[in-house]
Amino acid sequence: MNEHALAVDDLRIELVSGEPVVEDVSFRVGHGEVLGLVGESGSGKTTTALALLGYARPGVRIANGTIDVAGTRISGLSEAQVRRYRGRLISYVPQDPAAALNPSVRVGDQVGNMLERSSEKEAHVDDAFELVQLPTARDFRRRFPHQLSGGQQQRVAIAAALVCKPAVVLMDEPTTGLDVVTQANLLAQVRRLQRELGFAIVYVSHDLAVVASIADRIVVMYAGRVVEDGPAARVLSEPQHPYSLGLIASVPDPREPRVLRSIPGVAVGVGERPPGCPFAPRCPQRIAACEESDPRLERTGGDRLVRCLEWRRTPTLAPEWRAPSGALPSRPASLLAVEELRAEHRGRGDAVVACSGVSFAIAQGECVALVGESGSGKTTIARCVAGLHAPARGRVLLDGAALAPLAAGRTPDARRRIQIVFQNPYDSLNPRHRVAQSIARPAQALRGYSRKAAEHAVADLLERVRLPARLATRFPGELSGGERQRVAVARALAADPDLIVCDEITSALDVSVQAAVLELLADLRAELGLALLLITHDLGVVSSVADRVLVLDQGVVCEQGAVRSLLASPEHAYTQRLVAAAPTLSVR
Amino acid sequence: MTALAVRLRFARTGYGKVGLAGSLLLLALIAVGPLLAPYDPSAIAGLPLQHASRQFPLGTDGLGRDVLSRVLWGGRSIVGLSVLATSLAYAAGASIGLLAGYTKSILDPLLMRAMDVLLAVPPLLFLLVLATGAGRSIPVLVLGVATVHVPSIARIVRASTQEVATHGYVEAAVARGERLPALLGREILPNVLGTVLADAGIRLTASILILASVNFLGLGLQPPAADWALMISENRGGIALNSLAVAAPALLIAFLTISVNLVADAVARSLGTSTDRKRVAR
Ligand code: SF4
Repeated sequence: MNEHALAVDDLRIELVSGEPVVEDVSFRVGHGEVLGLVGESGSGKTTTALALLGYARPGVRIANGTIDVAGTRISGLSEAQVRRYRGRLISYVPQDPAAALNPSVRVGDQVGNMLERSSEKEAHVDDAFELVQLPTARDFRRRFPHQLSGGQQQRVAIAAALVCKPAVVLMDEPTTGLDVVTQANLLAQVRRLQRELGFAIVYVSHDLAVVASIADRIVVMYAGRVVEDGPAARVLSEPQHPYSLGLIASVPDPREPRVLRSIPGVAVGVGERPPGCPFAPRCPQRIAACEESDPRLERTGGDRLVRCLEWRRTPTLAPEWRAPSGALPSRPASLLAVEELRAEHRGRGDAVVACSGVSFAIAQGECVALVGESGSGKTTIARCVAGLHAPARGRVLLDGAALAPLAAGRTPDARRRIQIVFQNPYDSLNPRHRVAQSIARPAQALRGYSRKAAEHAVADLLERVRLPARLATRFPGELSGGERQRVAVARALAADPDLIVCDEITSALDVSVQAAVLELLADLRAELGLALLLITHDLGVVSSVADRVLVLDQGVVCEQGAVRSLLASPEHAYTQRLVAAAPTLSVR
Repeated sequence: MTALAVRLRFARTGYGKVGLAGSLLLLALIAVGPLLAPYDPSAIAGLPLQHASRQFPLGTDGLGRDVLSRVLWGGRSIVGLSVLATSLAYAAGASIGLLAGYTKSILDPLLMRAMDVLLAVPPLLFLLVLATGAGRSIPVLVLGVATVHVPSIARIVRASTQEVATHGYVEAAVARGERLPALLGREILPNVLGTVLADAGIRLTASILILASVNFLGLGLQPPAADWALMISENRGGIALNSLAVAAPALLIAFLTISVNLVADAVARSLGTSTDRKRVAR
């Protein structure tokens, strides 16, 4: 048997124009090893992963390098030749199983189609389903993908990847979109299967916390290169590359409520990589030599590699603990109060209860988090507070006065004081309005600013959210996700609110961008005395910004309390499960 | 990028250029044509049905009027009326679609069922009945042609309004307490415009063709008005003697519809999202 399950050497992938997307990438994966390939958008991790399957996206080509899977060279083969190896040598579990499974083929057949010979097909499919703990009943295999839950769909995709017993399984963020508990179950199961069957895994993700829970070894990519490579535990506890350090410091960890530190600047895109070290513009320990020559990936002792001239100066990871939030009892008067809220969704038939009996209060300047999985009713509560959904029962009070259920019925002042920022940065800004227009509008509509005055305020607001003033004339389509979310925050600030409802505002962002947005929220609270209602599924986010937390299970508050004590010793069984399932950097 | 450049971006595509050039040429012809016309379009200038000659470059029609002069005059009515009718149709259709799509009230089924009823009537039949009932005047003609388009425009606008209304920026505006006209006009309309105008070319062409048919059937403009469609119908009897009197207006109508279509296509694509726009620019 060959020494490595996967060996990648000197891989270079470029745009047809010759611009490199990935360059000088080499790494090895041993048999039965789990490699976490970590990087943010634009780091080249997905491009690298697809290359392992012998596939390049349109407009991109594999220019150089070799890829060997279990001793078989699969680079440089034609598409038809590679296809024979896909599935048997290396197989793939995609990010979104719902999109990867053919909606019109029964799930049993999808797995069976991976096998060529028809004899014993049934038995193999049975085995594969059993492996991933899916029901093996005939009836289940005859279902269509849409009749399965998200977790089950992902299991089918894993079964399809394992059915041919490959040497390497490539997983591309396979838990995106799954609830934390489902995610934790799936990860545990993958780990178990991997131990039993001995295949190697390349686990591609931007989420260090998830990678920490599964990987033996971590490869960190930045700007198309490997910047650090080493055993997982050591990379996570003592990163040697300043980018790895920054990335780790960006990850909110539910077990350790520490102050998040984002990496200054933004990631470089393809085609704008500076000469020399691509991280230099953002690097705190850069020296003159960094901008001249591109550092090589160097062995730094033990089993570790790092691409940095000054790695010896990389500081040790020193988490700053969050100070316990200020003296809450001294601010008893509540700004916002929600009393016995019950909300329903009316479809064709019966109303579906989204939440019921929910009560809580937020004091001036306080940050309260509503945590729950999808379907827990947390977003509906946020919408009731913002006046976008009329509650079936209960009231929302601002400064002790009951508010009208819908925004249209509230006073302009009430509308001004409560602002909402939405989850999806790609649809929260009107694509036809320039940034300045979007930000100026609330100031005009709610504060009676003249058009001139409102446009004047835009520059200040952009500065508030740490964006350059030149973005004012851009359209949202020209901004990154993080920039859009900051613009959305600026738009909320334009109304001079007392409370901002943040509905999962970082869930679509990369970790380091998320850290920067959370940092911004913390600063704004300090500067403006804003209160926040934070809607999230991520306990890590809760631990790093919120003062108090309410845990929602199927529309009912099952536990609430101060963040630190609740996360440290959850009492309700559901909270305990959530806390246990939350990915953390603390090594398993 | 300046606003003008954004507006003219469509002209960068090959088809856009050709269409724009053709449309401008025709518009110029229609605008200055009457000044160049050698004869009064309704005056009898010579013998009927003469061939093309130095004196009458396109010959004369059945009454002895100069065909060239009538062609030069005859674009005004058809282009003007069809543009007017189509614009009216968009204004009415978009308003109905926006209202029906956005307000989840009783208004939606009421408006849309009314649209369905209209859609069920064949356009020409509708116009014939209208002309018979309400008289053959120009306002009736324009309103009639506009009404033919309204239901399908309203349906498209309603569908895309329902989609756009779920976006965060619309909700943000609702939470801000924006009034209905601002919500529809500022937040929703600009985002449905691309979809809606995608078929503006086809609609304008359709208006031209409907108007031409109605005129040809003698239910629209009345002689002695100079109008391309009317000319085709007037002169088809003498087609063997002076075919140019039919061919010239017919070709002009074809040229007009094709150019308009090309421009409208290019404009619709340049109204798309930024990625669509890049594609257009290429
Ligand atoms: S090489 Fe220089 S700029 Fe690059 S990461 Fe190391 S210290 Fe920073």
